[in-house]
Amino acid sequence: MAVKVKIPVPLQRITQGKEEVEAEAGTVISLVNDLNQKYPGLAERISENGKIRRFVNVYINEEDIRFLKSEDTSVKDGDVVSIVPAIAGGI
Amino acid sequence: MSFIRGLKCRECGREYEIAPIYVCEFCFGPLEVVYDYQGIKGVLTREVIQSRPNNLWRYRELLPVEGEPTNALNTGFTPLVKADNLAKHLGLKELYIKDDTVAHPTLSFKDRVVAVALARAREFGFDTVACASTGNLAHAVSAHGAKEGFKRFIFIPASLEKSKIVASLVYEPNLIAVDGNYDDVNRLCSEIANKYRWAFVNINIRPFYAEGSKSQGFEIIEQLGWKAPDAVVVPCASGSLLTKIWKSFKEMKEVGLIDEVHTKVFAAQATGCSPIVAAIKQGIDVIKPVKPDTIAKSLAIGNPADGFYAIHVIRETGGYGEDASDQEIIDAMKLLARTEGIFAETAGGVTLASAIKLINSGKIDKNGTTVLCITGNGLKTQEALSGHTPEPHYIKPNINSFEEVLAKIKKV
Repeated sequence: MAVKVKIPVPLQRITQGKEEVEAEAGTVISLVNDLNQKYPGLAERISENGKIRRFVNVYINEEDIRFLKSEDTSVKDGDVVSIVPAIAGGI
Repeated sequence: MSFIRGLKCRECGREYEIAPIYVCEFCFGPLEVVYDYQGIKGVLTREVIQSRPNNLWRYRELLPVEGEPTNALNTGFTPLVKADNLAKHLGLKELYIKDDTVAHPTLSFKDRVVAVALARAREFGFDTVACASTGNLAHAVSAHGAKEGFKRFIFIPASLEKSKIVASLVYEPNLIAVDGNYDDVNRLCSEIANKYRWAFVNINIRPFYAEGSKSQGFEIIEQLGWKAPDAVVVPCASGSLLTKIWKSFKEMKEVGLIDEVHTKVFAAQATGCSPIVAAIKQGIDVIKPVKPDTIAKSLAIGNPADGFYAIHVIRETGGYGEDASDQEIIDAMKLLARTEGIFAETAGGVTLASAIKLINSGKIDKNGTTVLCITGNGLKTQEALSGHTPEPHYIKPNINSFEEVLAKIKKV
């Protein structure tokens, strides 16, 4: 069993159209780098210098990683990670 | 004739053709509409604007639509109320309320953004419009969409107050009540938006939708007699309105409608959800998301999408930010009603309560011209005032009973 990662449309060109991919357990940033091995270009789009970009929201099992340990949050087998671009709302 | 040039990433500057897209494929930065300001200059004059009907399309060259708008013909151009009673109370020389409590047709500034979003959705050829909302946006999409004959999908948190649900349901959209909070609804909607070819006004139509907010700023300048105010106080949830009001002021200068802009832009948030103001007060660029806990539900966004840009506008203009507690919000709502006869929703209480702090601390100059952006009607959030208003005087149906009460009233 691995970590399930939900891929938003703007990234699906890189994942060959896949909406969901699998990655190795570890930390958020190691997971992003792991995915980059399989899908080159993914890491640079959502992260910069080891940090998740400002406009990218990452959720682990529906919790925003900024309420956890951000990039260093650990991700284990069976977790579901969602990558979601920031969206508008409110005033 | 359209003066839209395309979309541009606010982060890396990559340009895109006009399409229902919202993030840069390369860096995930938000996309923004780019205009040909040189082309607009001289075409959009004060005379041209003044010759047009009193709605938001009078500034259409600076809005992201291609053709002649045919929808929302009564939306926009809300009153700019000279608030002399409130000004006197606060010790200000000149104070105005930009009063979107009477926006047509659903009594909040969301009528502006939805007007533009739906005009654009039509131009893109969509037959279905959708949104994630806790209230005002749901009402506006439901109503405007009904008038324009769109299929409508409105996603709300299931726990929303009954009165807010009814104010959407009356227009008979497909109302989807999600078992989760607003952030859950938003996240779900971004997945749905990926899968269905719908115009999600706050997702894939966002770059166009957000531009509608500028109409409030254009109107402020025109209604002040073609000048920018010295200070403007704007409520912030995502921070979008604040950045767009500033953009509208700069654009009016850019296209030669006004000569100068010196406005300081101030942010207002509820203490229970103040990630933008907290960053301003701490002097940092990084927005730390929060879990909202405030009666100002329409501002309860813990993870503000435009917060970073809002902070930059505030710094660039020499403004600041303040936040208000639930009690201060209620007191300010009552003050606005008592002095100016305007019943604003809780967000209006946030704006006034924060403005009072900014005035008292000297951040807002008492001798300047100040505008408060009041964005929604209090009739929508009446439960917030429950137990905070005076009681009626109960009497029997006869004159003696009335006069007994009258005697008591006169004594006070």
